[in-house]
Amino acid sequence: MQNEIFELQYAIDTFYFLVCGALVMWMAAGFAMLEAGLVRSKNTTEILTKNISLFAVASIMYLVCGYQLMYDGGFFLSGVTTVAGMDEEAIAGILAASNEAGFGDMGEYAGASDFFFQVVFVATAMSIVSGAVAERMKLFAFLGFAVVMTGFIYPMEGSWTWNGDSVFGLYELDYADYAGSGIVHMAGAAAALAGVLLLGPRAGKYGADGKARAIPGANLPLATLGTFILWLGWFGFNGGSTLKLGGIAVANEVANVFLNTNAAAAGGLVGALIVAKLLFGKADLTMALNGALAGLVAITADPASPSPLMSTIVGAVGGVIVVFSIIGLDKLKIDDPVGAISVHGVVGFFGVMAVCVTGGASVVGQLVGAATIFFWVFITSLIVWFLLKLIFGIRVTEEEEAEGVDISECGMEAYPEFAPTGK
Amino acid sequence: MKLLVAVIKPFKLDEVRESLSEVGVQGITVTEVKGFGRQKGHTELYRGAEYVVDFLPKVKIEVAVDDDQLDPAIEAISKSAHTGKIGDGKIFVVPLEQAIRIRTGETGKDAL
Repeated sequence: MQNEIFELQYAIDTFYFLVCGALVMWMAAGFAMLEAGLVRSKNTTEILTKNISLFAVASIMYLVCGYQLMYDGGFFLSGVTTVAGMDEEAIAGILAASNEAGFGDMGEYAGASDFFFQVVFVATAMSIVSGAVAERMKLFAFLGFAVVMTGFIYPMEGSWTWNGDSVFGLYELDYADYAGSGIVHMAGAAAALAGVLLLGPRAGKYGADGKARAIPGANLPLATLGTFILWLGWFGFNGGSTLKLGGIAVANEVANVFLNTNAAAAGGLVGALIVAKLLFGKADLTMALNGALAGLVAITADPASPSPLMSTIVGAVGGVIVVFSIIGLDKLKIDDPVGAISVHGVVGFFGVMAVCVTGGASVVGQLVGAATIFFWVFITSLIVWFLLKLIFGIRVTEEEEAEGVDISECGMEAYPEFAPTGK
Repeated sequence: MKLLVAVIKPFKLDEVRESLSEVGVQGITVTEVKGFGRQKGHTELYRGAEYVVDFLPKVKIEVAVDDDQLDPAIEAISKSAHTGKIGDGKIFVVPLEQAIRIRTGETGKDAL
C-alpha cells in the first residue's frame, strides 16, 4: 500500500511539473505577442520569427549542453532516464528512496519532466532579450547570441544558484531566489542591456536636442493579449517552482504561490497605472502592462512566504519602480522598445532584495548573489555581442531599418494588405 | 455664385450638414484632410516621451451657393461648427464663375 501511494506521488509530482512547464512554454507566446504589439508594424514579422526561433534554439542548446552545465544532467541528456531505462530495478530504487525519505521529502519525479520544466525557463530568459533589441538588430546575430546564452551563459549562473555549485571554485552563494527574479529575469535583462549598449538606439528615437521621442507600438490589443498570456504562464513559472505538489503542506504552499503571484501582478498594474496617470495626466496602457509584468517579476523571488497583502505591496512597488525606470533609461539613451530591461532587470533586482523583508534572506547574501549573476551575464554577453559585431555586424543598415526589418530580414510583411509600402 | 470652403472639426460634420440643409443648400462635398492653423498641432505622451502630432485631422466641406444664399449658409456653418475652443476651423469664400449639371446641361444658378 505504502509503495502504491509513493507511485501516485511520483505520478502527481511529475504531472505537475509537466503542466507547469507547458504553462511556462506558453509564456513564449506571451512575449511574442507583447513584443509584436509594441514594435511598429514594419518590424512585426521579424520579431515573431525571433521569438519562435529563440524558443527552438533554447530547447536544443539546453538539451545539448545547458542541462549538463546547470544540473549535471548529462550532455545530450544522457543522465535522464529513458522509457526503456525505467525497468523494475529502477522503479524499486525510486521506491526505496521514497520509503527512506518519507512523504515530507522533496520527492521523486521523472527526470524528463525536470528537464522539460527547466528548459522553458531558459527560453524565458532569452525572450527578455529579444524585445529590448527589437527593430534594429540582425536576426542571425540575435540567434547566434541565443546559442551562447542558452547553452552556456545562463546554465553557468543557474548552476551557482539553483544547483548550489561554487562560483568557479572561488566562493559559494547564500542566495534565495524561488523562481528566478534574478536567475532568470535579471539575467535576461543583463544580456539585453549589453546588447542594447553595443547596438545603440533606434533611428529617430532621439531628436537633435537629445530628447527622447515616442515611437508608438503598432498593436495594443496584441500587447495586452501578450500580457494576459504572460500573467497566465506565470502561475506555472512560480507555481511549478515549488517543484512538488503531493502532500498537504506542499499543496497549500502551491496554492499560496498562485494566490500571491496573482496578487502581485494586480498590485503592479495598479501601481504603474496610478503613477502614469499622475505623471502624464493620462492612463498609459503600455505602462500598465509593464506594471503587471513588473509585479510578477518582483514576486518571483519569493512567492511562497509573504501574505497576500504583502505580495500585493511588493507587486505595487515593482509597478511604481518600472515607470520611473523606463523614463530614466530613456533619458540615459538606452533605447528599449518594450521596457524589458526595466521590467526584468531593475524590478528583478528589487524582487531579489525584497526577499530580505518577506523571506528573511540575508542582505549580503542577496547582494552578492545578484551581483554575481549580473556581472557574469553582463560581461560574458558584452564579449559575445562584441565578437558578433566584429565578425558579422549586429545592426541592419540605416536604409533597412527605415524600410523595416520585416523586408530586410524575412522578406515578408506582417500585414501586406493593410499597410502597403509599395513593395 | 460663390464657393464656400470650410475646414471644420470632424465631429461637427453632421450638425453642419443638417444646418446647411435647413437653409436650402442642396449638396455638399466632403473631404477628410489634415492640417494646422494657429492651434499648431499638439503633443501626446507615449511611455513618458513626447509624441508630436503636427497635422490634425479635419474635415473640409465645399458648398456652391447662389449669392442670396451666401449669408445664411455662412451663418449656418459658423453656428453649427462652433465650440468656442481653439481649432474650430475657418470658412473661405471664393467667387464661382460657372456651374454645370452634367446630366442635363443646366448652367449657373439652375445647376446648383
